[in-house]
Amino acid sequence: MPAMNIAVLIKQVPDTWSERVLKDSDWTLDRDAADAVIDEIDSRGVEAALQLVEQHGGEVTVVTMGPDRATESLRKALAMGADKAVHVTDDGLAGSDALQTSAALAAAIGTLSVDLVITGNESTDGRTGSVPSMLAERLGLPQVTSVRSLEIDGTTVRAERVRDGGYSEVTATLPALVSVTEKINEPRYPGFKGIMAAKKKPVTVLGIADLGLDAAGLANAATVVLDAAPRPPKQSGEKVTDDGTGGTQATEFLAAARLI
Amino acid sequence: MSEVLVLVEQHDGAIAKVTGELLAAAARLGEPAAVVVGKPGTADALATELGALGAAKVYAAESDEATSLLVTPAVAGLAAAATAAGDPVAILLAATVEGREVAGRLAVRIDSGLLADVVDVAADGGTVVATHSVFGGAYTVRAKVAKGTPIVTVRPGAIDGAAPAASPAVSPLTVTVDPAISAVIVADHPEPAGDRPELASASVVVSGGRGVGSAENFKVVEELADALGGAVGASRAAVDSGYYPPQFQVGQTGTTVSPQVYVALGISGAIQHRAGMQTSKTIVAVNKDAEAPIFEISDFGVVGDLFAVGPQFAQAVRARKG
Repeated sequence: MPAMNIAVLIKQVPDTWSERVLKDSDWTLDRDAADAVIDEIDSRGVEAALQLVEQHGGEVTVVTMGPDRATESLRKALAMGADKAVHVTDDGLAGSDALQTSAALAAAIGTLSVDLVITGNESTDGRTGSVPSMLAERLGLPQVTSVRSLEIDGTTVRAERVRDGGYSEVTATLPALVSVTEKINEPRYPGFKGIMAAKKKPVTVLGIADLGLDAAGLANAATVVLDAAPRPPKQSGEKVTDDGTGGTQATEFLAAARLI
Repeated sequence: MSEVLVLVEQHDGAIAKVTGELLAAAARLGEPAAVVVGKPGTADALATELGALGAAKVYAAESDEATSLLVTPAVAGLAAAATAAGDPVAILLAATVEGREVAGRLAVRIDSGLLADVVDVAADGGTVVATHSVFGGAYTVRAKVAKGTPIVTVRPGAIDGAAPAASPAVSPLTVTVDPAISAVIVADHPEPAGDRPELASASVVVSGGRGVGSAENFKVVEELADALGGAVGASRAAVDSGYYPPQFQVGQTGTTVSPQVYVALGISGAIQHRAGMQTSKTIVAVNKDAEAPIFEISDFGVVGDLFAVGPQFAQAVRARKG
């Protein structure tokens, strides 16, 4: 087939190596409280797209939805080698749930003409793991989801999909949506040249009006948080220094609690 | 009483454990109705077993392509069941790879809110209220849907108890699956289950970390897991070092576990790891470093060499079990 146009979805998330907190006011994620990074799984999605375009020719567009500073993540993907970026951002989108997020992303992808949409299988903050299939439904595409390998043969996508308790070989006809797991590849590091080139690559900014979205944002979400409570800090229990009977003492502890 | 739909998770006629948990959760909200997606005849074959697990009704969403197309047959089946049931209280699925992908696609198709990866559900004056444990248990969040039929994915192992047994009748559904929006399953490869319980739903998990030091040394972790009848896990540091395969990773990136007993051998307890195990009921940690953060959340800690403590621990457990 001729050159492929691929859209890759990326998300800026709080670093999983830092503490993450919810705001007291509306129980949305406090995105200022932790270091923000490109979700690790998404840099693998970018890598998968770059490898396909290196083989088949074409163009990679990275798409994100998030506040202004999510541009940092777009720039990182551009530095890895993506050609252009779309940034969906609007104050009115704050607090969107998965259903609304998928509507906004589907509208943004609709402004591009793509053969393949690649996403991570789940983000590390929301962990709903459902946005890829929501997007596939909205775009009317087959979903080739949770895959650990991916190849394109003509207009056919071939992949190994990881399921609970095994894996399946699956195929679909382009256009299609693919979600990748963390086993798919090792993402490249952007080099100095890539970082310099990324500064000149185009980033299109789209808001609610551009995308023709209605019912956006927290007030119109299909899910409502009733309350949220930080887990009470766990009291650390007994700690002993091994005097040669540590294993026996651990066994006695479990036995006393009737756990063995 | 209004129906609560449950998507039956099964492979080749073997019903997954989580299906019983979903039926138990459904019984708290209304009348449990199991939806079987499979080749013709599957629902009849499973009806008795589903009744024993609490299904008061079984919907048969059967077609020849049910096992050869990915995700969409279950989406179409649940959408048809929701129509047949009238106005179901909720639709429950397992928070597995399959379940959550079906749930996402279904939420768009029937324009309904999705409550994902919940650890508890309750009926609160006619409203379905779900409890989530987020950021690896750092927060407990209660939520409801504001639109459509609540679609709820339930974390395997989270729901205790069982629904009262019933004698269900099988109701066939007419299901049409659009092949143009479906990927094709060319071949399926179940992984040999092995003798150990599945990590996500095991009641005992023994994990090893960087301190284990090598792939070879992981047999100390396996020996203790086998003595306790548990699953084996590994920290990200251990997986990244190649000591143990990635599907056993416990942590933020990996499997989240919440067993009765979690034993951490040679794991320092970085936030990354704690996020995947800190809701475990009882935590036992063995680490050389008395200052390791894992001891801040452990119920019983042993400061010592895991290669001395681990084998003694395993032997003492075996001796006690006789």
